Amino acid sequence: MELFQVQVTMTDLLVIAPELALTGFALVILLMSAFARPERRGFLGYTALLGVVAAMVSLYWGIGVEASAFGGMVRIDPLSFFFKAMILLICLLIVLVSLGYAKREGIGFGEYYVLILFAAVGMMLMASGVNLLIIFLGLEVMSISIYILAGIMRDDTRSVEAAFKYFLLGAFASAFLLYGIALIYASTGTLDLAGIGRVLAEQSWISGRPILITGVALLTVGFGFKLALVPFHMWTPDVYEGAPTSITAFMATGVKAAGFAAFVRVFFYALPSLQAHWTQIMWILAVATMTVGNIIALSQSNIKRMLAYSSIAHAGYILVAFVAGNELGISGILFYLLAYVFMNIGAFTVVILLGKKGEENTLIGDYAGIGYHHPLLALAMAVFMFSLAGVPPTAGFMAKFYVFSAAVKADYYWLAVIGVLNSAVAAYYYLRVLIYMYFREPEREQAIGGFSPAAVLAIIISVWGVLQMGILPSAFLALARQSIQFLL
Amino acid sequence: MIDLVWLIPLFPAVGFLFNGLIGKWLDLDKRVVGSVACTALGLSFLFSILIFFSLLKLPPEARAAVPDKVLFDWIVSGDFKTVIGYKVDPLSIVMALVVSGVSFFIHVYSVGYMHDDPGFTRYFAYLNLFVFMMLTLVLANNFLLMFVGWEGVGLCSYLLIGFWFERDAPANAGKKAFVVNRVGDFGFLLGIFLIFAHLGTVGFNEVFAKAPSLDTATVTLITLMLFVGAAGKSAQIPLYVWLPDAMEGPTPVSSLIHAATMVTSGVYMIARCHLLYSMAPISMAVVAIVGAATALYAASMGLLQFDIKRVLAYSTISQLGYMFLAVGVGAFSAGIFHLMTHAFFKGLLFLGAGSVMHAMSGELDMRKMGGIWKRVPITFLTFLVATLAIAGIPGFSGFFSKDEILWQAFSSNHGHLYLWVVGAVAAGMTAFYMFRLLFVTFLGPCRASEEVKKHIHESPPIMTIPLMVLALLSVIGGYVGIPHILGGRNFFHEFLAPVLGGAPQGTEHAAFSLVRPVFASGGAAVGEGVNMELLLMGVSVAVAIIGICIAFYLYIWKTEVPKRLGERFKTIYTIVFNKYYVDEIYEVCFVNSTKKLGTFLWRRFDDGVVDRSVNLVAELMAWLGSVLRRIQTGYVQSYALGIILGAVIIIIFLIR
Repeated sequence: MELFQVQVTMTDLLVIAPELALTGFALVILLMSAFARPERRGFLGYTALLGVVAAMVSLYWGIGVEASAFGGMVRIDPLSFFFKAMILLICLLIVLVSLGYAKREGIGFGEYYVLILFAAVGMMLMASGVNLLIIFLGLEVMSISIYILAGIMRDDTRSVEAAFKYFLLGAFASAFLLYGIALIYASTGTLDLAGIGRVLAEQSWISGRPILITGVALLTVGFGFKLALVPFHMWTPDVYEGAPTSITAFMATGVKAAGFAAFVRVFFYALPSLQAHWTQIMWILAVATMTVGNIIALSQSNIKRMLAYSSIAHAGYILVAFVAGNELGISGILFYLLAYVFMNIGAFTVVILLGKKGEENTLIGDYAGIGYHHPLLALAMAVFMFSLAGVPPTAGFMAKFYVFSAAVKADYYWLAVIGVLNSAVAAYYYLRVLIYMYFREPEREQAIGGFSPAAVLAIIISVWGVLQMGILPSAFLALARQSIQFLL
Repeated sequence: MIDLVWLIPLFPAVGFLFNGLIGKWLDLDKRVVGSVACTALGLSFLFSILIFFSLLKLPPEARAAVPDKVLFDWIVSGDFKTVIGYKVDPLSIVMALVVSGVSFFIHVYSVGYMHDDPGFTRYFAYLNLFVFMMLTLVLANNFLLMFVGWEGVGLCSYLLIGFWFERDAPANAGKKAFVVNRVGDFGFLLGIFLIFAHLGTVGFNEVFAKAPSLDTATVTLITLMLFVGAAGKSAQIPLYVWLPDAMEGPTPVSSLIHAATMVTSGVYMIARCHLLYSMAPISMAVVAIVGAATALYAASMGLLQFDIKRVLAYSTISQLGYMFLAVGVGAFSAGIFHLMTHAFFKGLLFLGAGSVMHAMSGELDMRKMGGIWKRVPITFLTFLVATLAIAGIPGFSGFFSKDEILWQAFSSNHGHLYLWVVGAVAAGMTAFYMFRLLFVTFLGPCRASEEVKKHIHESPPIMTIPLMVLALLSVIGGYVGIPHILGGRNFFHEFLAPVLGGAPQGTEHAAFSLVRPVFASGGAAVGEGVNMELLLMGVSVAVAIIGICIAFYLYIWKTEVPKRLGERFKTIYTIVFNKYYVDEIYEVCFVNSTKKLGTFLWRRFDDGVVDRSVNLVAELMAWLGSVLRRIQTGYVQSYALGIILGAVIIIIFLIR
């Protein structure tokens, strides 16, 4: 009967304190929204903001702690700390952006914020889980919340369609992931990442166990779906376009961050002895993801769709670092993701601010001339576009620089060359936005819908992040290095 | 006190920011703008003096070893580190004194001269920026920061030559100066790169400490490259062509930038790198020969010009040639000495020319002047002092410095008789054209139009006081360096000695044995350096006086003679008058061929090859994009199929 004896210690709680804080606040919001009158639900968003801040504080208290909890299921270490901090930052920015957006679009009910917080809990579990089951659980908590969030604009058919597509395909991909986990368990006898690593290191598994290899392959498919790697990416543009824009930003950054957190941990922590095998497949995935993402983005006329393909391409760049697999590469993944958070959420926020209720204004033609009507907003957009395109002195440039130099250092010259060529192609569609903003006459009068101070704050934070990481990147890179030191 | 050296360049920087940003924005009163600019310079000058005296208090050997004042790290990358730091030693403080002092007086003068110009604020902003950059150049403790100043003064020179950019000539002159300087800067940069490549550092102290480890070939290459830079900035053959055109700028600018300070930075740079040059005799010879040739060549072009500012411009080139001759024969402190005295008297000459223009309603052609000395007495007297100084008449500053150069050109280990001869001839020419300028402009009958005549007047005190101060300096400036042979102590030389080392002494060497028979046949008891020095001094003074006499004969006494001579030697006259057609030759050889090459590359290569292939790639990509997006059907089934196919491929790939 030992199995059912669960002992929860203080350490256990401390390790998951941020998750607990988020969950607690989410439940409180749920309660409040049930009792608050509809017109007074505005404060729910601020409560969510408070929850994120509380989680940040509790994370901050845990600085330097390195411990496992719940019988070695979750772990707080520099890597999970970095990702948790990043996820909370994403969450903070998204809630800030949502304050105005949700009101404008009439999605001000409590579930919206509750689901964001729950999704964040799932993401953080993915980042801190050191057991395949916990990672899977985290992924599902996150995914189910996001399915609902994508369809939360119930009157909008595109939103509903997006949610439904995402849900169907997500369930499909989760099955792959789960099956992969099962196969790995079958061949190693454990779900614990460190345990898998030990078993693999002790014995010579190379090509000896098709079951294990198939498990790894299916795991790759499962993660590949969440990270929108080609050819598992096809849901992305439809879902990104249909979902509420704030949720699109959340998906593009938060889901990817959590996905890469788990991806990095599983592959570099549990499966490093198979590195020779999986780097080849990652190489192919990286090239396909970068190239397909960028090339299709060229012919998009909708900004949200364009950013969807762009996010596919960026996942491809991150995979380049993944393939490189050296110290600079892995820390480059972390650096890249953080840079991507700032520039992507920033860009989506500008997209949100340029829309109105019922009128999203996401066609590129809608951006004509805003450089003159909204100079500051256009300037911010220009910064984000330059960063996404990888122009110095922005975070995007430094991120690409680290990623590609990691590839060169690891002797993947062709990969670096393909990556650089891809960046050149990508410059076209990012700079096209600038051309529309500054060199085209507006087709009609544009008025800003919900100009919320909170969203402006989010933009300011994003601009700061993009420039800070672009001009003085060394502190961020040092942090990323420190976070992955124990993997090497 | 010495630690406060960073304040010296800071004041003009603040002045620049104030006038450039706030002044323009608030549309401040001219008095405010002018006082801010002048106060900034005054404070700079004051701090230069204070630091000079603190340095003087130190024992001589400690003066060159004052630790650099490092403000902060500038570039740190791997093993490479460069700082923003200032160097205080006798050499840099002399330069700082000359620059801030002369700049201060020229700023004051400018307040009067530019008073009615609509671009008053812009002018002072640029002028302050220039002084900031110039002080950065002379106080920098590493090559990279020096290069920042070097480029900065180049930029200001460009901006100020083209100050009246609405007219074509100044705009083009500015462009020309910029482009020609670019050639020189390229050499300078290569020199810095070479230093970095071989020594791994660009700090002066480190470079000079490590320099002895370099082999002669490398040092020669480095120093020649640095000299290319110096030749560009200091208008030496063959890169001098921009300086005469630079006279299109406002006259105080010509005085400050194109006579007193910026153009001498090449000399300063070589003096700063004297350790490197001392290791490269070939480079020394090149510097000396180019300097001597420029001195003579530019002087010859000055003989026939009628535009007073152009005469002064050629004279500046020629005098810069003297300075290069000095540093080229290893007489570094003599070069710096002449740099200083030249800053005084040539700055004064330009300011005097400005004052004449002021009186003559902007006229520059000396043929339309004459006889105005009574109407502009202060201008005339100060101009006379400066002319005597540049002609090398004993008692005036130019005599001491020029004579020291000529003596060193002859007697130093790197010197040669011919260098002295060229220098002496050029000195004679200098005396001639300067007195020609003086006679034609101020004396004789007045040839101005009646309208202009009516308005001839002396400049206001704000302009004449700087003239008088500089005139005073042009006289006494030389007394800090009275040669030993005239019973002086040569304090200037002593002060610089800790940095520049002892100048090569007049020892017995090849040149003596070569020349002895010549003089010996004259019966003079030569052979001892002392007598030789006195003799050469006498000769050069005599040459100068002959030059003055010829000028007097031609332009006061027999004024019809020049015309006759011009007709008799028409070919030579035309060639020299047209400045040897060098501008035209450059136009054909470099400018036009470069333009043609550019057009070719643009039309054939850029449009034809690069653009076309880029467009091709772009079209291909767009096509590919439109094809690939068709995969995106919108059907969930096909998406799921994609996932399955991907999974199958991955499994096959991993298992095989």
